[in-house]
Amino acid sequence: MSINEFIQKLEAEFEDMPQGTLKAETDYRSIKGWSSMHALIIIAFIDINFNITLSGADLKSTQTVQDLYNLVQQKKSA
Amino acid sequence: MSIFKTSGISIKGISVCVPRQIKSTYDYNNISKEEQELFHKTVGIKERRVADDKTTCSDLCEKAANYFFENNITNRENIDIIIFVSQSPDYFLPSTAIILQDKLKLKKSVLAFDITLGCSGYVYGLSVLAGFMQSGQFKQALLLCGDKSTISTFEGDKSAYPLFGDAGTATLIEYDKNASELTFNLNSDGSGKNAIIIEHGHSRHPYDSSSETIYEPEPGIKRAKKHLALNGQDIFTFALKEVPPNIEETIAAADKNKSDIDFFILHQANKLINETVRKKLGIEKEKCPSSIELFGNTSSASIPLTMCFGLEQQLTKESLTLLLCGFGVGLSWGSVVINTSELSCAKIIEL
Repeated sequence: MSINEFIQKLEAEFEDMPQGTLKAETDYRSIKGWSSMHALIIIAFIDINFNITLSGADLKSTQTVQDLYNLVQQKKSA
Repeated sequence: MSIFKTSGISIKGISVCVPRQIKSTYDYNNISKEEQELFHKTVGIKERRVADDKTTCSDLCEKAANYFFENNITNRENIDIIIFVSQSPDYFLPSTAIILQDKLKLKKSVLAFDITLGCSGYVYGLSVLAGFMQSGQFKQALLLCGDKSTISTFEGDKSAYPLFGDAGTATLIEYDKNASELTFNLNSDGSGKNAIIIEHGHSRHPYDSSSETIYEPEPGIKRAKKHLALNGQDIFTFALKEVPPNIEETIAAADKNKSDIDFFILHQANKLINETVRKKLGIEKEKCPSSIELFGNTSSASIPLTMCFGLEQQLTKESLTLLLCGFGVGLSWGSVVINTSELSCAKIIEL
């Protein structure tokens, strides 16, 4: 999955999010209306799409959407 | 993985009692309107039942159990064992199950004791009774499961307060030499004890004045050490990691395929957890009934509650193969494959 596809799919998971809100460099926790439930949506999204279960600590180590994508790639190849 | 099989027991009936008082997510003003909507949509809870100050979990279970006697499904003297599975007993001591022996007017030769488990408690309770009963020396037993979780959550803690509802359940189990095998798969991981914990009030840290001090572990989350603390993210990851393989192992050990299971009854902690588990396992949506929207997380009551709420028709009229799975506080988790046939399944009772 390319980073662009990753972003599009993630945006779709945050149902009310207008398309184009997320960019690779977006600090996802700074999105308007961010809540801890969005973190759960990210974990579920990555689990379903990549069969990788991120821990709370894994998620804490990331800041941007690109970081998330890189973490998934890294775990996939590990 | 701890898989074992038992035979010789079957569920005869299930009865559920919830408090009348309803609390809506949309009246919880510690979170914004947008968060209320996201909470309803993601976690899945629109409202939950909350017991008043005078009502305990054992009162709810007592009312649920009386359904079997008042409707002549069994007699009080038939009950040989009573187990109360809960984390909100009436007293530090004695065991609540013993108090219920007296309140339910059961004979003195009854075995009565408590099991201190939460979300996994229904499956564990079934396994304990299966162990006792498979030899045929006990004829009938009551498995009483539930919690008054709202007694330990604090309104200032948005990570725990809106999640829990109160409920008490009673399951009537009987020896049945023709009953098909039950396959259990029970597990534990105490390294995750802090994921859901009430730190003060027992012997590791007895209740004192510091138990009342409100602190703020994260911005917007306030509680004291006497309250229930929950790390939602850790529980979420735990569930996604452990539950799907646990279910698959249990079904395989029962010599069945996923398609042989009529319904998967999962503990109701969070809609997103159950939806993700369901998708990972490739199970159809209609095979996973849910009760979380109207009752919240009801701890060890959630599996029998979901059965009575969402499956009453099928359970009372049909013969079914079910996969029950509980997971959470402990950490503790487990599944069972069980067959049921024409249960007595009461409409949900209010108290």
